[in-house]
Amino acid sequence: MGIGKILRRTFLIGSAAIVGGVAFGAYRVTRAAPNPLDPSEGQAALNPFVLIDQNGVTLFAPRAEMGQGVKTSWAALIAEELDVELEQVNVLHGPAAAAYYNSAFLSDGLPGKGYDKSDFQHNLGEALGVIGKSLSLHGTGGSTSMKDGFIRMREAGASARETIKQAAAEQLGVDRSQLKTEAGQVIAPDGTAIPYAELAEATAGLEPVEAELRDPAEWRYLGRSQPRVDMVGKSTGTAEFAIDVRLPGMKFATVRRNPKLGSGMKAFEDRDAKSMPGVEKIIDIGDGIAVIGTNTWLVIQAAEAVEIEWEDATYPPTTDAIFDQIAKAFDGSPNSTMRDDGDVDTPVEGATEITADYTAPYLAHSTMEPMTAAAQLDGNGLQVWTGTQMPLFAQMRAASVAGLESEQVEINTTYLGGGFGRRLELDFVEVAVKVAMAVPGTPVLTTWSREEDMRHDYFRPGAMARLRGAVKDGKAVLIDGHVAAQSPVQQAMERITGIAGGGPDKILVEGFFNQPYAVPNYRMSGYVADVQVPVGFWRSVGNSYNGFFHETFMDELAHAAGRDPLEFRLEHARNEWDVAARCLEKVRDMSGWTGKTPDGVGRGVAMTYSFGTPVAQVIEVVDEDGTIRINKAWIACDMGLAIDPHVVKAQMFGGMMYGLSAACFGEITFDEGEVEQWNFPDYDALRMHSAPEVEVEVLETNRFMGGAGEPGTPPSMPALGNALFDLTGTRARSLPLSHTFDLLI
Amino acid sequence: MATTLTINGKTHQVDLPDDVPLLWVLRDEVGLTGTKFGCGVAACGACTVHINGEAVRSCQTSLSDVDGPVTTIEGIGTPDSLAAIQKAWVENQVAQCGYCQSGQIMQAASLLAENPSPTDADIDDAMQGNLCRCGTYPRIRAAIHEAASKIKEA
Repeated sequence: MGIGKILRRTFLIGSAAIVGGVAFGAYRVTRAAPNPLDPSEGQAALNPFVLIDQNGVTLFAPRAEMGQGVKTSWAALIAEELDVELEQVNVLHGPAAAAYYNSAFLSDGLPGKGYDKSDFQHNLGEALGVIGKSLSLHGTGGSTSMKDGFIRMREAGASARETIKQAAAEQLGVDRSQLKTEAGQVIAPDGTAIPYAELAEATAGLEPVEAELRDPAEWRYLGRSQPRVDMVGKSTGTAEFAIDVRLPGMKFATVRRNPKLGSGMKAFEDRDAKSMPGVEKIIDIGDGIAVIGTNTWLVIQAAEAVEIEWEDATYPPTTDAIFDQIAKAFDGSPNSTMRDDGDVDTPVEGATEITADYTAPYLAHSTMEPMTAAAQLDGNGLQVWTGTQMPLFAQMRAASVAGLESEQVEINTTYLGGGFGRRLELDFVEVAVKVAMAVPGTPVLTTWSREEDMRHDYFRPGAMARLRGAVKDGKAVLIDGHVAAQSPVQQAMERITGIAGGGPDKILVEGFFNQPYAVPNYRMSGYVADVQVPVGFWRSVGNSYNGFFHETFMDELAHAAGRDPLEFRLEHARNEWDVAARCLEKVRDMSGWTGKTPDGVGRGVAMTYSFGTPVAQVIEVVDEDGTIRINKAWIACDMGLAIDPHVVKAQMFGGMMYGLSAACFGEITFDEGEVEQWNFPDYDALRMHSAPEVEVEVLETNRFMGGAGEPGTPPSMPALGNALFDLTGTRARSLPLSHTFDLLI
Repeated sequence: MATTLTINGKTHQVDLPDDVPLLWVLRDEVGLTGTKFGCGVAACGACTVHINGEAVRSCQTSLSDVDGPVTTIEGIGTPDSLAAIQKAWVENQVAQCGYCQSGQIMQAASLLAENPSPTDADIDDAMQGNLCRCGTYPRIRAAIHEAASKIKEA
């Protein structure tokens, strides 16, 4: 309680000194990279990542904890230099703040394939990252957190440590260099230990001291797995998700919006619903209604009882008609051609040409916790409690809906019951604010039903690809690819800024144009489909469909060339980027790949490069009396330094499972403009009995840090499809695979 | 009409319609939020609690059908005093987002009460109604085996 209040005040008054304590920021970065948009001197003090007061040490990990362990890994970056034990410190998310900008969002958007970047491009990306501060990019996504925090957070920890030592040095009348630090204490030359908390007030008056970062050889935390700080809470039901926020006098609400997505409401009749038990108020929220009352289940019943006349959809009413519209994008000119090597228009003499068309469905994120947010509007402003990946955007949206200034809105970020990109969006915040505005002074928790969540997503766009390739002498000599899909980037730009996005969309073609294979004639083009279905950022985004397209086609090329699919990939990867090749070699060795499998067993391989990290996977499927089960999986990845190997392995397996679930069963389809899937029985995932055994190896040879949260997803779908081809001889060129194969449910 | 419930050893009077599912009695009336809402149709297991020691889906158990003492995740252990199964969960670093884990733990606790030495096949059978979107299944399996050993040693 105290810290929240102190922090709020600290942020408002912009001072590093707080009552009885001190807050440290990543001041060195802001000084070393002056930015003309930087509003004022002393803003550095507005970046607190370390707060020390009489109660001890609090570290701020302002990244959304959605299962990826970022709260622990981020805190470990600070603790490594600060010399505190993770068990001794409190780790908080902190408020929405520009100071908590994500410096890696923008650098990942630079043109270029990524794996071939030079030091100059890397540095340019780092410099560009500082601009994230002025664009309100306080957020979590794109597998960026460790790339973003790796240097800045260690600097924050080192500076705090040296400043505390300076305070102790002045108190003891010795030189700072004579002091040591250990476990949250300064150790004097005579061995006396002074806890940091006792030095808080003295430290507050000092100018922060700059400090060199330690040699990695001295690291105690980084590169080693740490017990996660959220683990006890999540094993006892005490970790607080948005849906668990409880405040005195709280009411409960739910929402029902037009299933014809993005369209409005003509009229509604709530006479019967209003008299149902527990119902206190039914409100018009523009594209639907919300019911406020005493119990979530009772208001859900009432919401279903409201009779509503909806406006029609602005997109084609059926799945087939939507895909016809997507296919039309191929008739126009490409939005981008980010790879155009050699000459794909001239046939290669003596080569064998193949073509293949692929489709991938729309997908829901389907987080375990449905969309939920609590809000309270009163004379002091608006408070929002939610699990968001974008706290500052949430703050701005909440303010604009409520007619307030951003400073009057406080965003409290809880744990996220799954994110996967769904909680980058702001719709659940907007709905909760509208509900709170209807009952000023009363805190209200707005929980979406599973059905409302499933049917009102910003879906992974459906996508189509047309590929043509040629092989000669056992090698790929030509790949010419075209992919068409809606652009989540263009839509999101419009949703968030009100201005339609334009220009080449790198995310539409990521995983398509930038795969680390050496092929002399190689052109990859993207086409933006003009369809108005709401689409968003689904774990690995463009890579999620492009990985399937590209790596299924690589398999088809290997077979056309009469080559083993793993050796074929390896040869093309070795000639382009050795880091990717090593992942293939590793997964070959782990799985004991021979290219041959016994009857009733099939194996497939895929390798994709995304978010800076190459990942190779081998998947083994078995035929058990006509039902096919995914038996085993082997994963090798290389993101350079792995800050926490346990977390990385969990993310690799989790990313693969998320992809395999979608590959097996996942599809969002439309009829009469409405999503046809309602709940988990229509949109299932792999479960305990259908999940494969797995081995994960983490290589660390990549020169630049890559991400962990998403790169495990893209190779999973083609690896499974390729395994099913190996088992059955049937090539599935569309997902989900349950349409083609009898998979274990 | 007031209904009397025994939850985690304590008596609670609740005044709600008979058809309100136990899940929403626990969460919105009693204030025990450890039991989670995932689907509302018994398809994900996030809401699993024990009634008379047996695992049930509280989203499909109406208030009038509660015929014995209820145990929730809060009733089997606390952060300062973890149950053996929760210790196994922490030691195996099972949780990722963590949202499904209350239900996973309650389902696993019920399995272990019935079968102190479950095989992998027993675990598959007992746990397949509990969905996890993060992919924590291998560690759930390991934690169940470890909890089985811990309980036997105790």
